[in-house]
Amino acid sequence: MNPKSMKDQTAWLFKMAWRDSRRSRSRLFLFISSIILGIAALVAIYSFGDNLNRDITIQAASLTGADLIVSDNQKPSNQIITYLSKLGDARSTERSFASMVLFTRSGASRLVQVRALEGGFPYYGEIETSPASAAQTFKTGSHALVDKTLMLQYGAANGDSIKLGNETFAIVGTLNGAPGQTGFSSAIAPIIYIPLATLEKTGLLQKGSRINYTYYYKYNRPEQLARELKTIRKKAEKASMEVETIESRKENTGDSFRNMTKFLSLVGFVALLLGCIGVASAVHIYVREKLASVSILRCLGATASQAFLIYLIQIVVIGFVGSILGALLGTAIQQVLPLVLKDFLPLEITSRISPMAILQGIVTGLIVSFLFSLLPLLAVRKVSPLNTLRAGLSEDKTAQDPLKWVVYLAIIAFMAGFSYLQLREVKQALFFTGGIVVAFLILAGIAQLLIWLVRAYFPESWSYLWRQGLSNLFRPNNQTLILIVCIGLGTSFIGTLLLVQDVLIKKVSSSSSENKPNMVLFDIQTSQKTAVASLTKSFHLPVIQQVPIVTMRIEEIRGITATQARKDSSLDLSYRSYNSEIRATFRKDLTPTEKITAGKWVGQFNENDKDIVISLESKYAERLHVKIGDKMIFNVQGAPIPVVVGSLREVDWNNIQTNFRVVFPAGVLESAPQFHVLITRLNTPEQAASFQQAVIRNFPNVSIIDLNLVLNILDEIMGKIGFVIRFMAGFSIITGIVVLITSVLISKYQRSREVVLLRTMGASSRQILVITGMEYFFLGAFAAFTGIILSFAAAWALAKYNFETDFSPQLIPVLILFFSVCLLTVAIGLFNSRSSLNGSPLEVLRKEI
Amino acid sequence: MAENILTVEHLSKVYKGAGQTLTVLHDVSFSVERGATVSIVGPSGSGKTTLLGLCAGLDTSTTGSVMINDIRIDQLNEDQKAQVRSQYTGFIFQNFQLLPTLTVLENVMVPLELRGEKNIRPVALDLLEKVGLSDRGHHYPAQLSGGEQQRVALARAFSNRPQILFADEPTGNLDAETSEKIIKLIFELNREAGTTLILVTHDLELAARTQRIIRIKGGAIVSDQPVISSENES
Repeated sequence: MNPKSMKDQTAWLFKMAWRDSRRSRSRLFLFISSIILGIAALVAIYSFGDNLNRDITIQAASLTGADLIVSDNQKPSNQIITYLSKLGDARSTERSFASMVLFTRSGASRLVQVRALEGGFPYYGEIETSPASAAQTFKTGSHALVDKTLMLQYGAANGDSIKLGNETFAIVGTLNGAPGQTGFSSAIAPIIYIPLATLEKTGLLQKGSRINYTYYYKYNRPEQLARELKTIRKKAEKASMEVETIESRKENTGDSFRNMTKFLSLVGFVALLLGCIGVASAVHIYVREKLASVSILRCLGATASQAFLIYLIQIVVIGFVGSILGALLGTAIQQVLPLVLKDFLPLEITSRISPMAILQGIVTGLIVSFLFSLLPLLAVRKVSPLNTLRAGLSEDKTAQDPLKWVVYLAIIAFMAGFSYLQLREVKQALFFTGGIVVAFLILAGIAQLLIWLVRAYFPESWSYLWRQGLSNLFRPNNQTLILIVCIGLGTSFIGTLLLVQDVLIKKVSSSSSENKPNMVLFDIQTSQKTAVASLTKSFHLPVIQQVPIVTMRIEEIRGITATQARKDSSLDLSYRSYNSEIRATFRKDLTPTEKITAGKWVGQFNENDKDIVISLESKYAERLHVKIGDKMIFNVQGAPIPVVVGSLREVDWNNIQTNFRVVFPAGVLESAPQFHVLITRLNTPEQAASFQQAVIRNFPNVSIIDLNLVLNILDEIMGKIGFVIRFMAGFSIITGIVVLITSVLISKYQRSREVVLLRTMGASSRQILVITGMEYFFLGAFAAFTGIILSFAAAWALAKYNFETDFSPQLIPVLILFFSVCLLTVAIGLFNSRSSLNGSPLEVLRKEI
Repeated sequence: MAENILTVEHLSKVYKGAGQTLTVLHDVSFSVERGATVSIVGPSGSGKTTLLGLCAGLDTSTTGSVMINDIRIDQLNEDQKAQVRSQYTGFIFQNFQLLPTLTVLENVMVPLELRGEKNIRPVALDLLEKVGLSDRGHHYPAQLSGGEQQRVALARAFSNRPQILFADEPTGNLDAETSEKIIKLIFELNREAGTTLILVTHDLELAARTQRIIRIKGGAIVSDQPVISSENES
């Protein structure tokens, strides 16, 4: 037996690993560099998550601005108002609603969210304004704070005036931020603050208007709130009001951002996995080059495990160094993340270094570099010493190596374990892991198919240079598969984004074409109904639709109340169904966008009828778990109305027009408090502007949705989401590029002799350049093609199942993406191959390869 | 009667594949006395390298047995064979087989390190001195000429004081002048260390310098005779 002690053995293994790596350390580092970016992404996201959690805890109070918030979207009863007025040590009241604002100087108008505030809110944090004093001064007189993007959009300045309803307000300050507000939310509904006392004068508070009532409270002693909270919640629930505390907001915010960081870390993990496959493939080639050394060592008396450990040590040590570098890079990237995500964040994120995140990143890096290099390293155990006598004599036994399957299983188990740690749900983790495996298999499958097709239908008639470039794709030690998977995945992320953006924009803009309606007027009071229609006609505009809307809530479903549904979780009813406000209509006939899928349409209720038969939108009925014949009771602003579900309708939601989940027959709701919606079509922006101004002047309470505005908002939102997705896809793309650089360099080692032989035989630099360029062009083209196919599939599925719209993609952006990826691949390929192009043949032949 | 260091009995090697069987060695038996020098000669494809690989425990026979120092190596697993090689054997190859990432000195030290020996540096330096390369210890194999590389391989082969040295066409890749120097060195070191030498070659002149020639053809021994010559190096 070998007399060496364990300690000596280990020391020798490390010494040999060090010696053996001596002439290839930079190459080893190159292999591992593919995971640096993945680790960096993870560390950045973990650090960001860490800081976010800490900042949410620290800044939670300024998220809500008050200790307690009670809110309702209908006017609370006098009894409740009396109760609410006794709570807390300081109180603020706010009423918020959507309304049109008219900028008097420019004459422009837009739908905004008006917040009429009274009292000292916010008690924590502040309403950020320029000038800062405006946060206080606006509270007296007819003063307003106007959202900064809105000010910019309409060229307004402090001191200008705006008109809300009947009242003119002076802009005393620009609103930069309010508690809990994000850049994202202000893009959708820009805010204007006015004093509550002036609300009456605007005349916007009319019966049927959709107004949110919010009450903010400050408690000097938190324990008092803790004591009262249970009773408050009970009372609020009874009155269908929402209750929020700093604690609950903290939880909700934490939850939603945990979801975001989970999502981001999974995207980072995908980038890491891509890098890992790059590592595995690079180590595979590295090990192949080392087989001769291994057989010599085996011949001199080294055991299989000694030989295996020498190379494992090299990879793990380099993996450790790579992980540390990744962690450092991640800590640097973390400084950028709050900027990338700032529009989605309701609070300011600090960028502290998170030792935990760094540790997690390094450990993950070590595990993946170990696991993914194990696969190719297993071959080392099977190297026969006989190779010293005759290379290639011993058969390759790795194909049947059972340990290979153990490693595959370990990799999948690690992926599932890692995703479980992120998602904390076994089903989701398995789904994610399965999804990744399937996506990789599909990509690898397409790549294999392409390689096979090129081989099977090799274009023999092409010129030599093209054929040589193309055949490099399937020659021994090629990196085709791995590169197609890496670059393909990155391309598919960006491709899907482009296509989905296109689908969404098209979906909205298609509504504006072909004489479809493009403007909606809502909040029209019954008394204004005829006048608004006349005004519309006086502008020679069509009244395409004018429908009444009655707001209501569900009181009972099959005899079960909200309280019963909340208490009994075994019921198939969610108590949330009872909480939401329903906007229903009543009419005799179906509209062209509706189709009865079950039951029978009943359009008219007569006094002698036994039941009021209503119609539900089929998906809504599915969510409520309601069937034909089920009984329900609706609470129509205080009055309970029992009904029977008579029919289910399929509704095409794709057009701008009023569609309803609940439709009553005529003859029931005519006298209920209601407002009306009018739909028309305008042909030019000028026409739209003058019509809007006329409506606001004559009917200040009426709000208008202009489709062009919706398009602009959508564009803005897609821009913001797109930036985040591009940022994350960037990790995958850059990893792909790193893997590309790595594999170009690896193949350079292998190809340089060949290039030199070609040059020796008289090939010009241009010819070699063309061969190399062709190889990378085909590689880039295959990768981009594979990625684009995947993105088409993903975008098609999203369009069909998520947005329920047709998928007719625009090809130009996709073509631009295709050629960009090809160009990038060729550029990197040529840049890295330049030394074998420029060096003298003898110089390369003499070099040890 | 002198003791045998290597005993080969009824050794066969058959390759099977795609419905065909190829017998490379057929029922080969011979033994070698401790300290003897033996050459195995034969034309290309006769099975001489296969025989050397089996004798050294680099390959597994189909039938038959191989004993080195009374240890039946054909019954050992790969790691046990590696131990035997580390303890008793040395190798010289036609294409030198130096570890390209190790310096000359490190290449010579590796067999000793594998045995777990201490203070090996002077031993390795001494051997390099003997092969005339004491000043090249820090060089890498790629920086040496073919002859120099084979001299390093010689130093390495003798570094673990092997009882039996296997040489596979040791001068196959060298010019005549360098070959002569290497041959001389092999026999010199062999004599000094009292090592048994098994030499595979197709160079009959070289074979004639050993004490015994085993001729092999078509996988079988066709003759096994002592060399009666004054040129005999041992």
